[in-house]
Amino acid sequence: MVNEMRGTTTAPAHYTLEDLRLGYGERPVIEGLSTQIPAGSFTAVIGANGCGKSTLLRGLARLLKPSAGRVLLDGEPLEEMAPKQVARRVGLLPQSASAPDGIAVRELVGRGRFPHQNAWHMNSREDEEAIEAALRRTSTLELAGRRVSELSGGQRQRVWAAMLLAQQTRILLLDEPTTFLDMAHQIDFLDLFAELNAAGATVVAVLHDLNQAARYADRLIALREGTIVAEGSPREVITPENLREIFGLRAVVVEDPETGGPLVVPAASRPR
Amino acid sequence: MSAPAATRRPRRAQVPGGSRARRVVGLLVLLLATAALAVFALGLGDYPLSPGEVIGAALDPGAGFKRTIVLEWRLPRVALALLIGAALAVSGALFQSLTDNPLGSPDIIGFTSGSYTGAILALTVLGAGLDGAALGALLGGLATAGVVLALTYRRGIEGFRLIIVGIGVTAMLTALNQWLLLRAQEEVAMSASIWGAGSLANSSREAALTAGVGVVVLLVLVAAVSAPLRQLELGDDLARSHGVRTGAVRISVVLLGVALVALAVATSGPIAFVALTAPQIAARLLRSPGLPLTGSALTGAFLLLGADLLAQHAVPGGVPVGTVTTVLGGVYLVTLLIREARKTW
Ligand SMILES: Nc1ncnc2c1ncn2[C@@H]1O[C@H](COP(=O)(O)OP(=O)(O)OP(=O)(O)O)[C@@H](O)[C@H]1O
Ligand SMILES: [Mg+2]
Repeated sequence: MVNEMRGTTTAPAHYTLEDLRLGYGERPVIEGLSTQIPAGSFTAVIGANGCGKSTLLRGLARLLKPSAGRVLLDGEPLEEMAPKQVARRVGLLPQSASAPDGIAVRELVGRGRFPHQNAWHMNSREDEEAIEAALRRTSTLELAGRRVSELSGGQRQRVWAAMLLAQQTRILLLDEPTTFLDMAHQIDFLDLFAELNAAGATVVAVLHDLNQAARYADRLIALREGTIVAEGSPREVITPENLREIFGLRAVVVEDPETGGPLVVPAASRPR
Repeated sequence: MSAPAATRRPRRAQVPGGSRARRVVGLLVLLLATAALAVFALGLGDYPLSPGEVIGAALDPGAGFKRTIVLEWRLPRVALALLIGAALAVSGALFQSLTDNPLGSPDIIGFTSGSYTGAILALTVLGAGLDGAALGALLGGLATAGVVLALTYRRGIEGFRLIIVGIGVTAMLTALNQWLLLRAQEEVAMSASIWGAGSLANSSREAALTAGVGVVVLLVLVAAVSAPLRQLELGDDLARSHGVRTGAVRISVVLLGVALVALAVATSGPIAFVALTAPQIAARLLRSPGLPLTGSALTGAFLLLGADLLAQHAVPGGVPVGTVTTVLGGVYLVTLLIREARKTW
């Protein structure tokens, strides 16, 4: 992996989270969270269902206003920036999304150009090129003329990724990007984001597959009930003790024969 | 990444959903059809003119009496039909798009009835003339929108609740309107009811000009919010991640939609069902994703002009155009409800 070659401690932080509280209504989901997300890093957010991973990403994408603390993007409070200005720097692939009825793939991907367009939103040559490149990179060029509603779940997921790429942001927030994908496409997909990361993009991805997280990310953030219980390199975070604490999971961690990194092997629930 | 061969399976139809070429052609056809209908309409009347004569009279300043007939007598009514039709249709498209529901139309969710209430109040209680009625319609529409939204608003505007509350408010307003008419003096009630049927019979040049300026200004503003509105179809999370101020866009859409309906009601009385039907017809004609605003405007203009021609010439003695749209729209609404019901159950 390209990522492991690069030190991340010297790079300036893209995101600084200070004592952040995020929630819906009164109840906080994320509470007292502080960390940094270095520019150029590939950060994986892991944790059990409902622990606040998506909520954290929503905070980073400025979809949720912090009820306490703040999010700094390159040193500037996110809240004080204009929405379109944020949208030119930060792109989000949500956990689930729905396409307008009957929309064709190319047009949907084109909607990702919105933050770059002026008030009249006519596609410029630059827009067309970005759309073309995004389709190409996600292997959706041959789907370009089809209706999104006619695609399989995995094809659709790639189209959403194409829309994100068309947005041409330096920061990519991915919420479980590999759901719906078969194993080969999961790898393709993560390879694509690893390539973008190697080319300079900062990636923050919620990943459920710990082994994928360990392979692709250079930094892990483990959440439980809205607070960070462990963060650091995959080797530091993926330990049997941490896994018990994060997921209540009994597992052994062995060396990944391919990469030498950690590989999680869950304990058999009953002995055979 | 490489695509597996499986994604290349041949597909049923090569016609892609919502191709841009189809939409452009569709819009041109709509535009031509509307223009042709307008020329035809300008030729109809006690003194029939052929399409050639109409065009000649319109272009040639020396055409004398024919020019007077076309430009002075008939054009205001035709122009008003086109303008009001477009205004109603765009308002319908805005609200249906916002509520993401084909029933989320101003005539269903109370704004049209509210405009009418405002007009009746102006005519009966305040004893105002027709200008006062127009102002009353504008205020009534805005007030109703305010009430419906206040009852609906909870951390954002939610489409389905808006429709349910709106239907309730429509029912109450309809009752109120009847009561106001019953209480009013006979001749005032008479003129209010005639106005309430929705008619283009009193089209003057001034009315056409005022409505024209109003509709054009509002449509330009609509064009300015149309791109962010389209972005809302992706859902709030994605729209906001693209930099759309979702709250501000929704509020502008509501204000513009109400202003368009109120302007229409103020000019011609409440003409039902154009707002409901035109956007859906346009979306089907153009196979566009979401509701096409330009297409809706043209379809609405065509529909209302067509309905007004039927109202004037197909029924002996003529009826208000609102009656024609109500009959046609009622058929459409029943079909729509049956279809929706089949989908749900
Ligand atoms: N829109 C919302 N309104 C109210 N509560 C919400 C909303 N979205 C999420 N929550 C609540 O916030 C908590 C955290 O949700 P979140 O979506 O962040 O979890 P997650 O870690 O992404 O879970 P998963 O792995 O299942 O995606 C949950 O208890 C959830 O019920
Ligand atoms: Mg989630």
